[in-house]
Amino acid sequence: MKLGRITGKVWATVKDKKLDGVTLYVMQPVDEQDTPLGPELVAVDTIGSREGDLVFWVGGAEATFAFPQRQIPSDVTIVGLVDRLDLQQLPSS
Amino acid sequence: MILCKVVGSIVSTIKHSSFANMKILIVRPVSPDGTLKSGSMVAVDTVGAGEGNTVLVASEGRAAMEILGFSTRQPLRSVIVGIVDRIDPGGGRV
Repeated sequence: MKLGRITGKVWATVKDKKLDGVTLYVMQPVDEQDTPLGPELVAVDTIGSREGDLVFWVGGAEATFAFPQRQIPSDVTIVGLVDRLDLQQLPSS
Repeated sequence: MILCKVVGSIVSTIKHSSFANMKILIVRPVSPDGTLKSGSMVAVDTVGAGEGNTVLVASEGRAAMEILGFSTRQPLRSVIVGIVDRIDPGGGRV
């Protein structure tokens, strides 16, 4: 799993039926300092997050297993909302 | 598995049910000599790791399912499975 910052919402009327009813967000993967890591991704939300939220997300096959009764055709799925990060002070690399 | 260093922890109230009651940590990949690499990951702790520990992180869903005792596949893949005491450098062939 990794951290991400939600930066926008995606509207797509025409999409696979298995994506009906899910919320799609534009999400910027970030590190623990909120530094962007790589390109922005489109993520399926499963926890009711909102724009601006810091979240953690899962990628790969595991992204399809968020709902018990159905698999969703997603490769990036938001699975948790970060209330707070407690960081240790480490020398920067 | 990859070598990582624990750099922090996450407090999260709203999360997928597979993360309920899990300790969720932030880890950074490190080289064997302890140099931090870029990119951080979020991993569930199963071994009592703390901040500053060098740990082993498995990042595969089926491994996570086995370790955490889930009977079905879950949207969770990165798990801390060990705390590294020591790494002996070398191993080169003569």
